[in-house]
Amino acid sequence: MTYRGKAHKVGSNIDTDAIIPARFLVTTDPQELGANCMEGLEPGWISRVKSGDIMVAGPNFGCGSSREHAPIALKGAGLPVVVAHSFARIFYRNGFNMGLILLEVGDAVDRLGDGHDLEVDAEAGKIVNHTTGETVQCMPVPAFMAEILAAGGLVGYAKARLAAQG
Amino acid sequence: MPFTVAEKILQAHSPEEVKGPGQIVRCTVDMVLANDITAPLAIKSFAAMGAQKVFHTNKVALVCDHFTPNKDIASAEQVRVVREFAQKMGVTHYYEGGDCGVEHALLPETGMVGPGDVVVGADSHTCTYGGLGAFATGMGSTDVAAAMALGETWFKVPPTIKVQIDGELPEYVGAKDLILELIGRIGVAGALYKALEFAGSTVSALSVEGRMTMANMAIEAGGKAGLFTADQKAMDYAKAAGHANPRSFAADPGAAYERVVAIDAGDMSPRVACPHLPENVKPVAEVGQVPIRQAVVGSCTNGRIEDLREAAAVLKGRKVAKGVRLIVLPATPRIWRQAMDEGLFTTFLDAGAVVGPPTCGPCLGGHMGILAAGEVCVATTNRNFKGRMGSLDSFVYLAGPAVAAASAVAGQIIHPAAL
Ligand code: SF4
Repeated sequence: MTYRGKAHKVGSNIDTDAIIPARFLVTTDPQELGANCMEGLEPGWISRVKSGDIMVAGPNFGCGSSREHAPIALKGAGLPVVVAHSFARIFYRNGFNMGLILLEVGDAVDRLGDGHDLEVDAEAGKIVNHTTGETVQCMPVPAFMAEILAAGGLVGYAKARLAAQG
Repeated sequence: MPFTVAEKILQAHSPEEVKGPGQIVRCTVDMVLANDITAPLAIKSFAAMGAQKVFHTNKVALVCDHFTPNKDIASAEQVRVVREFAQKMGVTHYYEGGDCGVEHALLPETGMVGPGDVVVGADSHTCTYGGLGAFATGMGSTDVAAAMALGETWFKVPPTIKVQIDGELPEYVGAKDLILELIGRIGVAGALYKALEFAGSTVSALSVEGRMTMANMAIEAGGKAGLFTADQKAMDYAKAAGHANPRSFAADPGAAYERVVAIDAGDMSPRVACPHLPENVKPVAEVGQVPIRQAVVGSCTNGRIEDLREAAAVLKGRKVAKGVRLIVLPATPRIWRQAMDEGLFTTFLDAGAVVGPPTCGPCLGGHMGILAAGEVCVATTNRNFKGRMGSLDSFVYLAGPAVAAASAVAGQIIHPAAL
């Protein structure tokens, strides 16, 4: 699957309170959560995002709480892919479980700027920056995660396991 | 091959041979946890998976602690969803109201988790149980839903950082200061994807509660787990709490560590983490003049009886500064009663503190102590992210109970010895 959209760049250690503050956790609806996405970073931040855009972040994106509301909010806000220097562990699991695509690129994140036109190929681990003409290579999605994504997220995966158990 | 504590506990729960870091292994789980925020999502995922029943009615804990007593209609509705699920599934460990406490204080004291267990919870501070010698880690709701249905989960075997802490703790220095010191040194991503394993004479001398305070904040260093070897103290604690089958796991001599961090506890003074990251750690004396509006003593980090005693010892015969709110929230009903029986509430009330019910409350900016723009709080909680306790323009400093109590009296952040 490839994704093309405008990059929205955020800094280091963006925590789950920034992605979706606790006061909005009284719902699990993706649209509602999406409407308040990044509200903890800057009120109204999300208004700049067009559906299909790509989030670009520094190290340790998604640190903090285990709230799945964070990847749900990002997806609900129309951001299908996050490219980061690195992710916080729980967020990393949650992202794939919710069908959000996450790519770790390390220091190469410096070559992806705010507003750049990016094209992401998750299976190949390749990001083409159409603004600069550069290509960034990274680790493709790991096999086990790809299995979960192929099942449509962890729900589909567990469903198959339960069905097999009878 | 010599193994770390993390590897040994995972091996005891996996049919596959654990070889080392990076390997993905399937493990059985001894307890699966969710709370009033994360359980509704887990229940949704559980239904979407087509699951009909939980894998074991005694091995699922649903604790409605975050907004208890329910702060508004929406939070009450979330709890209703959890309650109905618990009833339908026959889940024995369901808590709301008078038997409810902050999950990570409640589960250990009632023997629901103990040494040698593998525990997963839809809450990032599930790592607290590492203080008892359990491999415990936070996950999202859907991971937890899968564990509730299947009784198993998968882990990537983590590399381990060994934290060697020796020396005798000076007065007013406790477990919170040790873990803040570590986070200050390695940073909020210092243990990303990794396990921390604590050892040394200081750690052996610590109470089980103190060890849980430290394991609790492993996640603030990015860690997957914060592990202690269950010694006699931990085994006795678990047995007294009613845990059926505690098992102690120690690292093998020669186990492979990614790195070793050594801390000399004898040299330390109380630590404070300044806004807006838990890694902005300074000795309290170097924080400078910071006037405060609120102090909170409570949470899964420092809401246990020892913490309340520590705060009370500082507050005894003193008054909270005019214009400062000191909020004390014992973490569980049992701790609440014990504090009451020991007369600690008299000390708190005489000092002018507010004593509230067991709840997460202000720790996550839920209710019962929310900050306005510009307000500064010193809290014994574990996160000081921007807006964590209220307004995006408020400020949270993290400290141990003695510093929080002393600061409430002084009206500014202060070393307890300087009162
Ligand atoms: S006390 Fe705070 S950190 Fe602990 S479980 Fe509750 S909200 Fe989370």
